[in-house]
Amino acid sequence: MFLNIKGLTFGYRSNLILRDIHMSLNQGEVASIVGPNGAGKTTLLKSMASILPLQKGSVSIAGKDVRSIKSADLAKMQAYVPQQAPLGFPLTVMETVMLGRKPYIRWGVRTHDLAIVESLLSELHLNQYAERYMDELSGGERQKVLIARALAQQPHMLLLDEPTSALDIRHQLEVLEIVRNLAKRSGILVVLILHDLELAARYSDVVYMLKDGAVFASGKPQEVFTAANMEKVYGVRMEIEAATYGLKMTAVESLYR
Amino acid sequence: MGSSVRFKDTASQELSSTAEPMSHLYRSSSIRKLSLLVLLLVLLLLVTGAAIMKGSANVPAGELFAMITGGATDEMNVYIVREVRLPRIVMAVVSGIALASAGAIMQALLRNPLADPFTLGVSSGASFGAALAIVAGASAFGINLAHSNQWLIAFNAFVFGCLAVGIVYGVSRMKSSSTTVLLLAGVAIGQLFSAGVSALKYFSNNEALKDLTIWLMGGFWGAKWEVLYFLLPLLAVSLVVLMRYAWNLNALVSGEEVAQTLGVKVKRMRLICLLVVTLIASTTIAFTGIIGFIGLVAPHISRMLIGTDYRYLLPCSWLIGALLLLLSDTAARLVLSPIEIPVGIVTSFFGAPFFVYLLIKKSKEYWT
Repeated sequence: MFLNIKGLTFGYRSNLILRDIHMSLNQGEVASIVGPNGAGKTTLLKSMASILPLQKGSVSIAGKDVRSIKSADLAKMQAYVPQQAPLGFPLTVMETVMLGRKPYIRWGVRTHDLAIVESLLSELHLNQYAERYMDELSGGERQKVLIARALAQQPHMLLLDEPTSALDIRHQLEVLEIVRNLAKRSGILVVLILHDLELAARYSDVVYMLKDGAVFASGKPQEVFTAANMEKVYGVRMEIEAATYGLKMTAVESLYR
Repeated sequence: MGSSVRFKDTASQELSSTAEPMSHLYRSSSIRKLSLLVLLLVLLLLVTGAAIMKGSANVPAGELFAMITGGATDEMNVYIVREVRLPRIVMAVVSGIALASAGAIMQALLRNPLADPFTLGVSSGASFGAALAIVAGASAFGINLAHSNQWLIAFNAFVFGCLAVGIVYGVSRMKSSSTTVLLLAGVAIGQLFSAGVSALKYFSNNEALKDLTIWLMGGFWGAKWEVLYFLLPLLAVSLVVLMRYAWNLNALVSGEEVAQTLGVKVKRMRLICLLVVTLIASTTIAFTGIIGFIGLVAPHISRMLIGTDYRYLLPCSWLIGALLLLLSDTAARLVLSPIEIPVGIVTSFFGAPFFVYLLIKKSKEYWT
């Protein structure tokens, strides 16, 4: 297995956010993490990205414990796209994507780096925005630029925190198509947090459903998204049926008032 | 979707033909930015030349040229240029560079456009230190120490400037590392030290009060070569250290977590950069007194001119800071010549309206 997480537990003082998480994932897979608000999804993703320190348990990539990998080398193995990127002082699209080459660049930008940025921009149809500032783009374009930046790191593993939550339906599909192609064609392991369960069912190979910081269910989408699980984890009665593309889920009623 | 997004090393070969326009775009933008830096440097040299010639005694251009080529003629003019004007001009340039660096770096570290040596408490800490030296020294010895003991004042200003930032940083670390906490702590500590300065003013005698008031207004009267021999190497080393962090600063501006996943050791970098800018800001403030606005305005003007990439933004901020401060000081010398206005008054007087003008006129919205 490419990514192995064993007994990952994380908390602030007595408040446990993640409890004894075990995950193993292969390259070329799309894995989504789902669960209600506060279930620990983002904390889990940030622990995988080594943004949060490991308190208990272990994360290993390609057989190596992440604690033994230098942060500069880790940046060549995995890339992370946050839910919201601060605009602060905006860079241009080209500068933003070039930032993804940072782990490889000492000072000067080489032709090789430019070639990679160039190819990513055209691959994601962002060429015409190269000189634009990030704050001038729409949410969907911005999300694609951030994915391009992550890909410029040439990672083996891509972590995305709710990449579609702020996007319209066309951009949601576009981003998820890009992500799936990356996994299938380039063999990248993609782990993403999704709120839209139908999209999660449609685009993931594996789903991890979290409840109160622990993995409640995991496996293929149709195994995880069952009426019984939805009731216990989300507290919602749901009708779920197979559809042409993935699953069709209809929320019937909330079970807690 | 076209071909694979990931590259094996061989792939770069076939890409090189399609990479032409992008590399062209990138290079032309780099050349544009470099030319702008060269232009600003030339401008700075021109202003320096003008500042050397103009004053209560004018030195003609021909004579200045003679001095540079070694054929000095008028001894009085040589003295004015070498011992009076030049140290002062260099001091203005040095202070401009130091304050602008401090502002540009602090804005990146805090990802906040309001950050500058004032917001993090450096200036108020330094003021308090200087005030303590001036008032306590004056009352203890009953003599005017402002001129005879410039080094004591500077040392005190430096220590308290660092102390203020240390407290601000410590408080923010205790609570969390959020930038808002850092800023709020800076404001609070700044207020505390300002109150200390007010108290010292209230209890000081006339002589000390005058010295203190003048120090607080800021100026380059105290510019001497011996001070510059101390400041210049310190500044040079600091600038090299800061420039080495240019890529990391770009990453940090794009978000702390992203920077971390790009391999930046954020905590260490924040500490080192903060230390370096505190060092250069407080040492220059120590010798010049409080000079407002340059640290805030120079980086913003530079961002409008050259963009956010710190590899270009830092040098641009240095040049803009130096230019603004040199122009201000030259104006301070000339406007009511032979009476001089404290340069701190000039920078705020012209800087504030100019900055408001830029805020209204500029096309980019940096903070929403």
